[in-house]
Amino acid sequence: MDQTGRNDPTPTYDGPPDYRVVGRHAMFPETRHDEIERINFLAQMNRHLAARVVPGVKTAYETRVEPAFKAEHKRPIKDRHEARKALLKDSAFTTWSALRRLTMEQRQQAGRWTVLRQREQLAQTAATLTDGDDRLSLDPTLPIPRYVSAVDHHCMPGSYHREAFPGDVTNGANYDHGGFVVTGGLLGRYSDGGGHAVVGWVRRNLPDFAPRNILEIGATVGHSLLPLAQAFPEAEVTGVDLGAPMLRYGLARAKSLGVDNVRFVQASGEDLSIYPDASFDWVQTTMFLHELSSTALANIFRESRRLLRPGGVVLHVEQPQYTPDMPLFEQAMRDWDAFYNNEPFWSRLHEMDLDAAMVKAGFPAESLIHGGVTGVVDRDLFPDAAEDNTEDFGRKAAWRVIGARAPA
Amino acid sequence: MSIADALAGAGAKPAGKRPYFLNPEVERVLAITMAVAQELAVARQRADTLERLLRAKGVITDHEIETFAPDPQASVERALWTQEYIARILRIVQQENEAASLQGDVASEEVGDEITR
Repeated sequence: MDQTGRNDPTPTYDGPPDYRVVGRHAMFPETRHDEIERINFLAQMNRHLAARVVPGVKTAYETRVEPAFKAEHKRPIKDRHEARKALLKDSAFTTWSALRRLTMEQRQQAGRWTVLRQREQLAQTAATLTDGDDRLSLDPTLPIPRYVSAVDHHCMPGSYHREAFPGDVTNGANYDHGGFVVTGGLLGRYSDGGGHAVVGWVRRNLPDFAPRNILEIGATVGHSLLPLAQAFPEAEVTGVDLGAPMLRYGLARAKSLGVDNVRFVQASGEDLSIYPDASFDWVQTTMFLHELSSTALANIFRESRRLLRPGGVVLHVEQPQYTPDMPLFEQAMRDWDAFYNNEPFWSRLHEMDLDAAMVKAGFPAESLIHGGVTGVVDRDLFPDAAEDNTEDFGRKAAWRVIGARAPA
Repeated sequence: MSIADALAGAGAKPAGKRPYFLNPEVERVLAITMAVAQELAVARQRADTLERLLRAKGVITDHEIETFAPDPQASVERALWTQEYIARILRIVQQENEAASLQGDVASEEVGDEITR
């Protein structure tokens, strides 16, 4: 294939763009030639598994797994757990699973090698950009809850919060520059396609909404936060997260991208008592709810209700819930990350009645909001999730929105 | 950070017991093989980068590549690269050994039960 066509998202090339099109900023780690090619390879591995291996797993489910279950139990598979356990006996599923798991492990090793070799320099860059800036507020005494500390989410050693030395931003830098391996560019140059999608949704559905104070819970390095701050430049936009390395990196990244109406605060979304009631017009979470626990979810919903001003909006962007009309095969495949990629709350969250949880948190049923969004990207360079028919279960940039508007 | 620390840190095992889908011996070899496949792809792309640049500039001939001998500094750089390379492809051995020395590591499924009780 000729080079000029490589990043052209047309039918002549179907796959992730070359990593060299990702957006850089002052905080972004240096990536050398071979490090880039490692990321390119791993993005292509995920693409290969989703596009060329998963169809074989689906065929095996239909032609081997379901018939074998029925022959043994004299009845059809009844839920996604039975489907997954039956799939575990089939070589198509176990081979795909083994390859998907080790691709994630290789991605972490690749990204960590890149950032560990320059971690002192990265910390220095972050310090230069953030020292003395009151828009970064850290709380070293903040306890890390069990649902974050027990297993490292998506096999990311040290998770969001661990730091090797004061001022460390290693895990933020790893998270920022390596996510491309899983998204294959579907989140765009700055991994901000989710945030831009939310802004587009708000502009279409709430055209008169003019928020002054915006809060994102679980903001990590600000991928989804910055588009909100850019779209509403008069607003003061706050991102809270448990992980200091994410927040340090996040403010430095925001400043180097010229986004100044943001704050990064180390706090748990379960207890935001640092803010009085009715402090925000908009409370947002983006691909965050699945990394909580049952108790934490209820606490965060309750805090979001308390923090909203009359007429304010809360929006949660998540992968779709398991509904009775979703095929059991799809449910089982979507559940994979819960069991094999260290997302322990994923399975339970996606079977919950989120409407009921919102009502329980104090939002009247008639105030609830439902919608859907897909990642918004620069289509000259990146594939568009809305036009991508490949199903990389649980990872595609196509989400559901559940929210509410507080009574005025 | 030292080279030794960076090698260990890059390949570190994440908290959470590793699931196995195949016979563990088979899966170990598959993991090693796919890491080698990755590095072969990386090496191939680098060679392609170089060849295209050098050919475009009329700098090299095939004969010069075949008869290349590194100087002492280059030899050290190439040896360090090989050390990094081996640590990368033997990641799974490192993580199984780390798991063997851990107590109280739990599976994501168990935590899912625990934190939703």
